[in-house]
Amino acid sequence: MADFLSVSGWLLVFLQGLLFLVGAPLMVGWIRLIKSRLQNRRGPGITQPLRDLYKLFGKEVLVAHSASIVFRTAPYIVLASTLVAVSIVPLLSANLPSAMAADMIVLVGFLALGRFFLALAGMDVGSSFGGMGSSREMLVSALAEPAMLMAVFTLAMSAHSTNLSSVVEFNLGSGLILRPSFLFALLGLVLVAIAETGRIPIDNPATHLELTMIHEAMILEYSGRHLAMMEWAAQLKLMLYGVLIANLFFPWGIATELSVMSLATGLLAVVGKLLVLGILVAVAETVLAKMRLFKVPQYLNLAFLLTLLGLFSHVILESGT
Amino acid sequence: MNNPLTLALTAVLLALASALVSLLAQRYPVLIKWLVMPLLGASGLVAAMAGIDGLLSGQVISSQLPFGLPWLAWRVRVDVLASFFLLLIGMVSVAVAWYAPGYVREFENGRSPFTVLGGFSGLFLAGMQWVVIADDAFSFMVAWELMSLSSYFLVTFQHENSANRRAGFLYLMMAEIGALAILLGYGVLAGNGHGFAFDAMRQAHVTGLWASVAFALAFLGFGMKAGLVPVHAWLPEAHPVAPSHVSALMSGVMLKVAVYGFIRFSFDLLGEIQWGWGVAVLLIGSISALMGVLYALMQHDLKRLLAYHSVENIGIIFIGLGLAMVFAGTGHPLLAALGLVAALYHTINHALFKSLLFLGAGAVLHSSHQRDMEQMGGLLHKMPWTGLFFLIGCISIAALPPFNGFVSEWLTFQAALQAWALENGVLRSLIPITAAMLALTGALAAACFVKVYGVSFLGQARSKQVRKAREVDWGMRMGQGLLAAFCLLLGIFPTSMIGLINSIPQQLLGTGLKQATEHGWLWLTPLGASVASYSAPLILLGLLFAWGLAAWVMRRGSVREIRRSDAWDCGFSPLNSRMQYTASSFAQPIRRVFGLLFHIEEGIKREQSGQLRHELHVGDRLWGWLYAPVARIVLNGGRLAGRLQSGHVRNYLGWTLATLVVVLWLIS
Repeated sequence: MADFLSVSGWLLVFLQGLLFLVGAPLMVGWIRLIKSRLQNRRGPGITQPLRDLYKLFGKEVLVAHSASIVFRTAPYIVLASTLVAVSIVPLLSANLPSAMAADMIVLVGFLALGRFFLALAGMDVGSSFGGMGSSREMLVSALAEPAMLMAVFTLAMSAHSTNLSSVVEFNLGSGLILRPSFLFALLGLVLVAIAETGRIPIDNPATHLELTMIHEAMILEYSGRHLAMMEWAAQLKLMLYGVLIANLFFPWGIATELSVMSLATGLLAVVGKLLVLGILVAVAETVLAKMRLFKVPQYLNLAFLLTLLGLFSHVILESGT
Repeated sequence: MNNPLTLALTAVLLALASALVSLLAQRYPVLIKWLVMPLLGASGLVAAMAGIDGLLSGQVISSQLPFGLPWLAWRVRVDVLASFFLLLIGMVSVAVAWYAPGYVREFENGRSPFTVLGGFSGLFLAGMQWVVIADDAFSFMVAWELMSLSSYFLVTFQHENSANRRAGFLYLMMAEIGALAILLGYGVLAGNGHGFAFDAMRQAHVTGLWASVAFALAFLGFGMKAGLVPVHAWLPEAHPVAPSHVSALMSGVMLKVAVYGFIRFSFDLLGEIQWGWGVAVLLIGSISALMGVLYALMQHDLKRLLAYHSVENIGIIFIGLGLAMVFAGTGHPLLAALGLVAALYHTINHALFKSLLFLGAGAVLHSSHQRDMEQMGGLLHKMPWTGLFFLIGCISIAALPPFNGFVSEWLTFQAALQAWALENGVLRSLIPITAAMLALTGALAAACFVKVYGVSFLGQARSKQVRKAREVDWGMRMGQGLLAAFCLLLGIFPTSMIGLINSIPQQLLGTGLKQATEHGWLWLTPLGASVASYSAPLILLGLLFAWGLAAWVMRRGSVREIRRSDAWDCGFSPLNSRMQYTASSFAQPIRRVFGLLFHIEEGIKREQSGQLRHELHVGDRLWGWLYAPVARIVLNGGRLAGRLQSGHVRNYLGWTLATLVVVLWLIS
């Protein structure tokens, strides 16, 4: 626990928090840009989501008469819990002092905390849309969370630690071995990430057709800075899953020491990985159609089975390594 | 004088005194507020002090009481395990004693006498405290029956309602069957150890088949009281119908006494633990956890929903215990200690947040006379304090950081993640499956409490009584606030609590979790810092920092005033309370996904007035599969036996004589 008190380490945590805050809207902008090119549109520039956030901050906040204090505090809690979650994910460097305070299970817990308040906020005004969104969100997350945890467990059992930094270091150290368990875990985690961040085919972030929305239905009543915080938290969550996939399964390039050079390499590497992931998401969203809600459990069952297979193949084939 | 045993006995005496005083309460109702409940609270306080004293000193103190049978004096003993449960009982009963006077005021002019309520509450508490300190099978069973029977009278307190009588009967029947199984289990141990004293049982190591028989009987008996699936049926019937502060005691404390009995029996008295038992406990625990939360999701009666969540949480506790038994049986005492600590931590957590939620449900019931969530809504506007405390309870039970429920689930996951240390491949793959079921349970519990809080406390009021609800008095608020504060404290300072209970695995398994607390109060490192670490204070600090930062940034540059306006209504008429999502509609997707597990009757009926009415009943499939056949067999058996009843005394005398002859022949 000695290295937990390093000032440079905490500066790094702060820096990576800022990078997440700026990078998340840019990543969404990138996905939208690629998507519009694939659909033969010019599309807005990559900084459009950032400019949207800035615009929303300056707007007046409207709150429904029936809303309670929960509605007004929920954006802060959702944003704060997502920020805590992103601060423990290794972005530039494998060594984070904050990763000691919270491991992968805590990460899942903080995402769940944010979702809990998001869903409560959806119920608060008392319109059917909010309730509909909350109910669906909780269904999707209830089925996605076990799959997520199974993927996490596969990694943790291989590295003999639930600490994210240790897992990244373990993967870096073991080099290029194709582990069947990791392959299954990766596939499962990708499916979970799509479901949890509300992308096609689970939810359509661009829709405003009330009956099919999940995430948009929950935040339908929000406006002004409250809306900006909710949107920002959702973008952060997307980038968080992207970084998790990129840095846990493909950790190459991430800095292992605290020097400017290696941090710059880490930044370049992670930006490159996220750009590739963004292209993949955009392609998938262009070729796929949104699923009916009651097909979603099958999709998530598949994710769960994949991660469970990953865990089994770890327990049966790879244990002891 | 100041030793934990004396304190514990004082606590029992205080609870009995509270029962005695309430004999006068019918004539002087004011006694309830000024003497009966304070005595109950004092008893709880003394029990908690005894618990802390016992845990800190770590000593074993035993003694004999000068009554009982001539050859079997009643023995009492306080060790660290007993101290832990005394602490738990004490914490909850202090809060309940604070809460109860306000809650029972409405029964003052009711038909059911006050004496019954106060008297049996005192006996109930005394029975539970005594179970924990009993040191021989005989006094254990006496205390156990005192607990069961007095709680029966509390369940049937409002006996004008036939549903309550039925629930009470079911409860009594299953409690007695369970007690019988426990008695037989003790019988096996006593037969081997030649004595009813626990010391004699400890010394005689039962082995082989008899050990498994004893374990199975104990598991059935204690599991029945704890409410494990499939012997849980009494729990969702009995807990909701009792007065709410009694529900809190039953769900929060009585189930934990059953957990205590199970730990005492299988970890302490039985001798060597076999891993096969652990597998059975693990499976039953996971099934209980999952079924409990799924059935809870289908309920719209608030107290019944909470009762089903008790089934879920007891399942989680038994997952921890099962892990401990598997690890102990395969020679991994350190990992077994982790499993046991996780189970114990969840035990005290569940005691706190479940009591808190029942007290909250009671406050809602008290001020709106409504248990049906479909009639609630918007209660946060009317009852802000109760709403805040209830929210803390919801976050805790949904296992969200930084509250206490998360810590124990985290510890259980950490124990499950050590499955790679096992040699047996089947076990290595079985444990991750139970971990997956635990993960699913946790996520569904979060969904369920979004439903509970969203439907009852948020939105708009759905009925007139709820619209007129008012905040409860300060005593009822204090009771809830105390438990809410404990929930937060146990969530933020888990290391201190684990340091306190570390001597329990030390005593039962021979090794404690020394490395869990070696990095100071800030860090929880159950198996060393390299495996996993968690720092709840830092996490909370980070959360508050991020919140503060967000608030500070938001305050600059944007329009600060908040304008109130109408909610979005698609341009049609304004929203009314009937347009809200209801509890049933919230749970509908989950009902559809897990439809096979429920007995669903759904249909549309045309009423006489011509209106269409949608009806939905979600029942427990186990009623049809398990309970109905048993009930049928018993009924048929009774009918057969009924033929003996001719109404002539000479026939009865003949039967008696025949029985006597057969018995004499058998034993000669």
